[in-house]
Amino acid sequence: MAQEAPRWLEPSPFEWKDQTGLAVKTAIPGAKPTVAIDVASVTKSYGDKPVINGLSFTVAAGECFGLLGPNGAGKSTITRMILGMTTPGTGEITVLGVPVPSRARLARMRIGVVPQFDNLDLEFTVRENLLVFGRYFRMSTREIEAVIPSLLEFARLENKADARVSDLSGGMKRRLTLARALINDPQLLILDEPTTGLDPHARHLIWERLRSLLARGKTILLTTHIMEEAERLCDRLCVLEAGHKIAEGRPHMLIDEKIGCQVIEIYGGDPHELSALVSPHARHIEVSGETVFCYASDPEQVRVQLDGRAGVRFLQRPPNLEDVFLRLTGRELKD
Amino acid sequence: MWKLYVAALPANGWNWIAVWRRNYLAWKKVALASILGNLADPLIYLFGLGAGLGMMVGRVDGVSYIAFLSAGMVATSAMTASTFETIYATFARMRAQRTWEAILHTQVTIGDIVLGELAWAATKASLAGTGIGVVAATLGYTEWVSLLYALPVIALTGLAFASLAMIVTALAPSYEYFIFYQTLVITPMLFLSGAVFPVNQLPGAFQHVTRILPLAHSIDVIRPIMLGSPLVHVGLHIGALCCYAVVPFFLSTALLRRRLMP
Repeated sequence: MAQEAPRWLEPSPFEWKDQTGLAVKTAIPGAKPTVAIDVASVTKSYGDKPVINGLSFTVAAGECFGLLGPNGAGKSTITRMILGMTTPGTGEITVLGVPVPSRARLARMRIGVVPQFDNLDLEFTVRENLLVFGRYFRMSTREIEAVIPSLLEFARLENKADARVSDLSGGMKRRLTLARALINDPQLLILDEPTTGLDPHARHLIWERLRSLLARGKTILLTTHIMEEAERLCDRLCVLEAGHKIAEGRPHMLIDEKIGCQVIEIYGGDPHELSALVSPHARHIEVSGETVFCYASDPEQVRVQLDGRAGVRFLQRPPNLEDVFLRLTGRELKD
Repeated sequence: MWKLYVAALPANGWNWIAVWRRNYLAWKKVALASILGNLADPLIYLFGLGAGLGMMVGRVDGVSYIAFLSAGMVATSAMTASTFETIYATFARMRAQRTWEAILHTQVTIGDIVLGELAWAATKASLAGTGIGVVAATLGYTEWVSLLYALPVIALTGLAFASLAMIVTALAPSYEYFIFYQTLVITPMLFLSGAVFPVNQLPGAFQHVTRILPLAHSIDVIRPIMLGSPLVHVGLHIGALCCYAVVPFFLSTALLRRRLMP
């Protein structure tokens, strides 16, 4: 989605009180940094196994930036590094103007996190979860009580304030986790696979909520392996494979640049025979399992070739990020 | 590395209170069951051993055996309450429940969490120790006012054992490893520290071991207070308990930083 210049919310006094004595990168007092996250040449190995390999990217304030990749690509590791939970082997990370991990605590005061796995307190009610979490940011009970109604409204959990978390559905738990991440009115939200495992309805509701946060000027760093999620939400994204960056850019530019034509998915026959048949009319062909992906320079001709062949079925559609990933790695981006 | 360790230490003197309050809120929901559970075991020891053995033993160090034993049981219940809270409940919050993960995403540090957990375990130890003390005072084995004086020592005992157990929690790969700490450290300590019989009944070599055990230091202060006998070397005993509380705290914080922030 197109994003205008970020409209920052006014910082709450709480948000900035720990800033004194901190070397902020900007010269103008009170000015917001325009770079939310800067990752520069970061490498990390566990033993001999490299998990992040010379990775660099920058997230501008107010944008939604996606980290895309299959499981094991290093998405969660880089997310942990940005939070200061894992130390980079080499390279520099700056988050909200603060060097990480050495001063990660100062950065975390202005970050909200939605982790990959729910870590709500199951025996507590919805309200108690928010109350307990607000205290970790040194908010008083009165301050927390004051923001709880708006957080519950945001999460569409107004009627669930006194329900135990263990009684909530998966989608409700995720929305509560998102509301909890907003309790300190963060500038930056880090979402690690926020909709994995949710049904489509619950997923769409989360996406809609995330767009409303972007409209309020929040910066979002999102990891996902759901293509639709990345296409819908991200202003820019970075595709990771085995700790490397293999592509970076705006979703539609990446699709135009890497694919740039209609895609015809063909199945129901011998894939090698089918690919030989359509190859004169294709820019490129990928075979994945029993499906032939034909990147068609001339879709009409491909359809003519296929029409009337017994048992063969095909689908013509616009290209998407899944195709980009398949094109870049020769593999599907599924978990 | 040193810089990262310093960053893991408590950020300030009050962050730990939020962690303590989280545990208190969780405990409040199951308070009655928790109190009964923590009291049942030492009370069974107290009346089982006190009534049964007391008949045979008669008087120990000039008091009835059950009065002698009650002071030992106050310290022992503080030890076990805080040890079990730290190895089982804290480990669950660190691993299965992912409570620590959520906390570490805020401005709270590992040191703050450890401090909050230790304070919470010491709180539960104080409740357990005081519970036994109340029973002893009700039955006339000690004065009510003596119990009041013993309370800070009970809390310090809880803190020391929580701190020691936090090292075990920091190192244990899974729950199964806690049984070693229970059977090889905690249970022998009960018999070597003068909780159920006077230390001078032990063979000479064991008496040397006793001098370094935290439970022995705790009992050497709590028992004279409860029985109204003269307190000796009180500074030494309190100092030793303080060391057992402080040194493992820094060690376990370092170990947990290495474990949780590789």
